[in-house]
Formats: sequence, structure tokens, C-alpha cells
Amino acid sequence: MSVTVSVKNIEKNFGRFPALRGVSLNVDGGELVALLGPSGSGKTTLLRAIAGLEEFDSGEVFFGDINANELTLRERRIGFVFQQYALFKHMSVMDNIAFGLRARPRASRPPKATIRARVVELLSLVQLDGLEARFPAQLSGGQRQRVALARALAIEPRVLLLDEPFGALDAKVRKDLRRWLRELHDRTGHTTLFVTHDQEEAFELADRVAILNKGKIEQIGTPIQIVNHPATEFVADFIDGIDLKRIDTVAGSDAARQAHKLKVIR
Amino acid sequence: MALLLPRLREPSVIPGFGLTLGFTVAALSLIVLIPLSALVLYAASIGPSGFWAIASDPRVFAALRLSFGAALIAAAINTVFGLLLSWVLVRYRFPGRRFIDAAVDLPFALPTAVAGIAMAAVYAPNGWIGSIADKLGFKIAFTPVGVVLALVFIGLPFVVRTVQPVLEEVEREIEEASALLGASRLRTVFKVVLPQIYPALLTGATLAFARGIGEYGSVIFIAGNIPMVSEIAPLLIVIKLEEFDYRGATVIALLMLIISFALLMLINLFQAWSRRRLGDV
Amino acid sequence: MSDIAIPRIRSSRDIASEGRAAQFVLIGLAALFLLGFLFLPLIVVIVEGFRHGPAEFLEALADPDAVAAIKLTLLVAAIAVPFNAVVGVAAAWSIAKFNFRGKNLLITFIDLPFSVSPVISGLVYVLLFGAQSWLGPWLKSHHIEIIFAVPGIVLATVFVTFPFVARELIPLMQAQGTSEEEASLTLGASGWYTFFNVTLPNIKWALLYGVLLCNARAMGEFGAVSVVSGHIRGLTNTMPLHIEILYNEFNFAAAFAVATLLAGLALLTLVLKSALEWRYADSLASAQKH
Repeated sequence: MSVTVSVKNIEKNFGRFPALRGVSLNVDGGELVALLGPSGSGKTTLLRAIAGLEEFDSGEVFFGDINANELTLRERRIGFVFQQYALFKHMSVMDNIAFGLRARPRASRPPKATIRARVVELLSLVQLDGLEARFPAQLSGGQRQRVALARALAIEPRVLLLDEPFGALDAKVRKDLRRWLRELHDRTGHTTLFVTHDQEEAFELADRVAILNKGKIEQIGTPIQIVNHPATEFVADFIDGIDLKRIDTVAGSDAARQAHKLKVIR
Repeated sequence: MALLLPRLREPSVIPGFGLTLGFTVAALSLIVLIPLSALVLYAASIGPSGFWAIASDPRVFAALRLSFGAALIAAAINTVFGLLLSWVLVRYRFPGRRFIDAAVDLPFALPTAVAGIAMAAVYAPNGWIGSIADKLGFKIAFTPVGVVLALVFIGLPFVVRTVQPVLEEVEREIEEASALLGASRLRTVFKVVLPQIYPALLTGATLAFARGIGEYGSVIFIAGNIPMVSEIAPLLIVIKLEEFDYRGATVIALLMLIISFALLMLINLFQAWSRRRLGDV
Repeated sequence: MSDIAIPRIRSSRDIASEGRAAQFVLIGLAALFLLGFLFLPLIVVIVEGFRHGPAEFLEALADPDAVAAIKLTLLVAAIAVPFNAVVGVAAAWSIAKFNFRGKNLLITFIDLPFSVSPVISGLVYVLLFGAQSWLGPWLKSHHIEIIFAVPGIVLATVFVTFPFVARELIPLMQAQGTSEEEASLTLGASGWYTFFNVTLPNIKWALLYGVLLCNARAMGEFGAVSVVSGHIRGLTNTMPLHIEILYNEFNFAAAFAVATLLAGLALLTLVLKSALEWRYADSLASAQKH
């Protein structure tokens, strides 16, 4: 389940606006990496490019050994959680989560009972037991987010991509869900990338953080590395005020993760 | 999806662009664009002198004048009654309001021929209302008045449905402010509230006007269809066609289209100008 | 102290509304106008249709020419409405899910039939396929009849009702965006699966609404069909045309009898339309007014 993601020198222009200017990134299997940056830095564009939702002008994306360009969107098996969740509003929670499994061509589709069991299992995983029959309009923001996550996980994705997963939620719910997401990640072990503009969130959740600015990666490293050795002036400015002692970083709670190779790629 | 037309569209992962656009354009061309071009091409083949000979025919002129004139008057009448109906429907709550609201669409849903014979029956000298008028000494049906009435009937929903949503958006606070500043209710309504919906009112009236120009079925039964007096332009087109005078029919049709287009352009320009001055409503 | 007159406090709603009397008058005027002017034709149709009693009413409907007219009306609607529904969905999909140059032009063109007089809508087909047209002789030699035959009627009706479904769907689908479809694709669904299971359920009420309006217009179209039809009794007369023939023959009762049928359709359309607007206002782009 844990696939590596390699992004090699991606460039993407929207008309004349350069959204991504030669971005490269390597994510190890099972890693949780944050794409952090101000609005317009290209982080969502990068995430969508990796997902295959945006075509890019040059560069390559690899999932393990497979060049993503050879895969259609359907074949990529990417779990994508949209910023506004994009739940199918006319379908129940059960149908939403089961969607990816039911959409498979007949040959590879699991039997109904299996699908049902998987959905129930996932609902349990995201702690929404018993809500199969509800509709998105009847759920709170945090619940919807977890349904979106369960839906993405149902297809056993190679990689999990989250676009500002907590952006639409209020502060308290955000904090709780952050913790919860980290625990979930540790349990399932998916390679995960998520986009955020919230420094605290990135530093608290991620194994490594990639800081983007104007379509380029300014620095990638563990939270401790970034805070102690900011690579550029922008990074120093951007993380100004972050106090690692106040944040419950992953590195702070698990020394083993410090053994990650530092790859600073400009 | 292979980009056969590179810069013409933004790349997207959603499938179906070629299929849906292709089908739409094909249907549009075959059903709408090519037939309309046939009209233009045929008109062009008539040549300016031929065109003018037909256009300057007094009967044609009378028919166009009636169609445009009656549509204008009907639109003006609909402005008043449409505003009244919109106001009452948006601002007041009363039993039967939903019913009246739904009923406003009746002229829109009713087939024109049905409306036509019904109005003729009502306003003919031996009709329900026509007989009253007859006793009072004037005729409604078989005169231009009848034409106007029919056009008022079919144009009403256009005004009401355009004004309603805008009226709903008017902020009550502005009216309260006006009242607190000492303005009478009448002044508040006419100087504060209504100006906000004038653009929508104009748009609705324009739609009613445009519809009225080309209206056929609702009018021909009540009109009387006397050449030079109560003969509308669309009817003249039909008559020419029945006489196999394709050229005559085409010229009248083109004249209708050109004049309508010019008038609508004018109104649109006026709307744009007033929007620049007063802000969008 | 006593010379400061404290006004009687009225609710804020009082300050900013007309007096009760004025309201009453306005509502009364509106109701009078509606019932006395708008509704009168409808009532007349029904009353006049039954003027000679229900037996004659039914006889008028059972008349072979009337039956043929009814069948033709139904046939034309059965072809025109589904076709325009498909066009509407296709057009709305291409316009709402993609960005391309010329989009506004496309929308304007789709709306064209709305601004063209029905008689002109028929005229263009006569010019295209009629005996004196460029294609006329070719059609004749191949024994293909379009004008003065059913195909012409179908074409003219399709022309006139072309924009109805598209106009309902385009703004709605534009407002809905593409995120659900994108989500569906990332989950592994095919384009068609996405359309049927994600998009269609989201637009079903607007689609129904558009189909309803399209159908009402298709069955009631008069001007355009009148021009292309040839008025051949029993063959190329739709219900509206049949009504015209009966009326011109002074067979008023029969004319109104058939008209009652169409009026009934209009009422049914209104009822369904209102029901859709009341219950599904947020699923319909154009019904946010009530």
C-alpha cells in the first residue's frame, strides 16, 4: 500500500501565468508530506497535477516505477479529498463511499456483500459508525470530511492526496481532526500529501514539509530542520512565530522519523 | 483526450467535450443556423431593387406598423399591470397568492391558437365582454384594439417573471431609512423602491415587446385581418406564402428581423448606459 | 415635558409598507385583472366547449380528423421533445464543464429560436425545402416530402422548441461546477458512469422542468407549423391547426372542444411546473423567484 511518489521538474502555466516552475519532489512510501505556502504559491496546482486533474506542460510524475503519464485518470488509483469534499449530494453516505468500488468494470467489481462490508469497515475506521443511511446535507462539516476520506480510501489508493482538508472547518474541529488524521495515517500507512496554508497544521501533522512560493519549492525538510535551518529568506519569514515547543510535532513524538533523508531540491 | 483544437479550449480531464460540443453544433447548424441562413441568402438573391419594391408596398408598411405599434402599446400596458402583479405577489401575503403566482404563467403555457379563439370569443360583438362594448357603441374584436389586447395577454408573464426576482432583492432597510427621513410612503415607493427595478421592468417590457412583434396564433382570430387596418405582419407573410410569393414573404420576414434587431440593440445599449450610471441592479 | 409628542410606536414593518387600505386595493386590482382578463379566455374555452352538452363534446373529439390531429400532435411531440432534451443536455455539458472560445456565441445561437417569430421559423423551412427552393426539385424527384408533410412539421417544431431544455440546464450546471465529476473520475468511474450516476441525478428536476415546458410548446405550436403544414385534413393537421380549421368553418363548439383538450394540457403543465418550483427550487436554476 505504500508507494513512492516522484515528481520531476513539473512546469505548468495557466495561459501566461506560471503556476509551477520546475518543481521536483520525492515522497517515500508511507510518508505524510505537507505542501505549505501562501495563496497562489502553486501548492494546490501541484497536488492536482500529481492527481492527474491538471495536465502539466512538462515534467513527469512517477508512482513507484510507473510513469503516471501512461495512466488515465481512472487507472491512477489516487485517493483525492477535495477542499469542499465534493460528496455526491444525492447519494447516501453508504453510496458515496461505495462509489469507487461499484464504478469498476464488471470484471473487477467486488460482489455487493463485499462492498457493503468494506464500507462498514471504513465507516468504523473514520469513526462514523452507523451513519450509512445519512445524506451529506444531514452531516456536519467534520463528518462530511471524514466521509470524503473514507470514500477515497475505499478504492485502496496508491497515494492519498488531500486539498486543504480542514480549510472549511472551524478551529476546534480542525484541531481535533488533525490529531485524528495523523492517527489514521499511522494506522493505514498510505503515502499521503496534503495542501495547507496553515503553518502550524503542516508542522504538527507532517513527517516532512515542502514550502512553496510562486511556483517553486523553497525548502523541503522535517519541521525541526526547517525551523532550525530555514534555507531562504522567504522560509524564514514564513515560519516566523512558529514555536516548535508549542506544537506537538511528529518528530517530537517519534524520534525514528528523524532518520528520513533530507532532500532539499530546488 | 487528444487536443485536436489546441488553443481553442482549456485542457480538462472531464471527458466528452468532443462528443457533446460536436453534437450540439451539428444540431444547431442543421436545425437553426442553416435554415436561418437560407432566409438571408434568399433575401440577398432578391436584390436591393426587388427588396425595395416589396418593402415600400403600403400594405406591407401598414402590417409592419400594426405589428410593431400594437406590440409597443401592449408592452407599455404590461409594464403597468406587470408591475402591479409583481408588487402584489412579492410584497403581500394573502390567501390565493400561490395560485395567482402560478396563474401568471398561463399565457405562457396556453397554446396560442387556443388563446386566440378564446379571446376572439370573449371580445367579439356577440362575446362575453364584446357584447357589453357593443352596447356601449364600440368594437374591440376585429380592430387594432383587439390586437393590442391579445398581445397584452401573451406578454404579461414576461414582465412579471423578470421583475419578480429583482423586486425580491430590494432591501427593506432602504425603505425604512427613507421613511425615517420623513418621506411619505408614496414618495418612498416611487423615488426609492421603483427606480431599483426600472432596468428589470425595461427588460421585461422588451421581452414582451419582442414576443408581441412576431405573435401570430393569439392575434389572427381576434384581429379581423383587414388589409391596411388590422392585418399583422406575420399574417401577411403567411398570405404571401399561400400565394407562393416567396419573395414577398422573405422581404417582410427580413424587415421584421432587422427592425426588431435594431430596436433591441437600442434598448440594450440604453440598459448598458443606465447600468453604468446607476450601478447594476 | 408634555409638549413632546411621543408618537405611537408602530412596528418597523408599518413604516415601510402601504396602509392596509392601499394593500387591499392593489390586491383587488391585481386579482381583478388576473381573473377578468387572464383567466377569462380559459373559462370561455371550457364553457363554449361544453355549450352543446358533453355528448357533442365527446363527438367532436371522436371525429376522425380530430383523432388524426391528436395523433399527429403526440407524434411530433414524441420526436421533438426527446431530441431537444438530448441536445439540451449535450449543450449544457459542453458549456458548463469546459472553457472554450466562442462559448457565448454558442449560447446566443442556441437562444435564437426564442427571438424569432413562429411564422418566420416556418418560413425558413419552406425556403429551404419548399417546391420553389433550391432543394425543391431534388426532393421532388426523390419523392421526399418535407414541406406540407409530417417531416416538415417535426422540423419546424424542433426549431421552435430548440432552446427550452438547454436554457434550464445551462445555468444550473454552470452553478454546479465540475467537482463532483472530478471526484467521480478520481474514484475510477468512466465518463458515462459519471454522467448517469453523478451528473444526471443532480439535474433531473431541471431536466424535467425543461422537458415540461418544451412539451407544452411543442404540442401547442401554431404559427410555425401552420406555415409548413399545408393544412391537409386528416394528414398534416396538428391539434392547433385543426382548431383553426373548425373555427374558420364556424364550427365553434367543436373548435372549443378540441381547444379544451389543449387547455387541459396547459393547466396540467402549470400544475406540474408549480409543483416542481415549490418543491425543488434549489435544484432549478430558473425557479428561484417564488
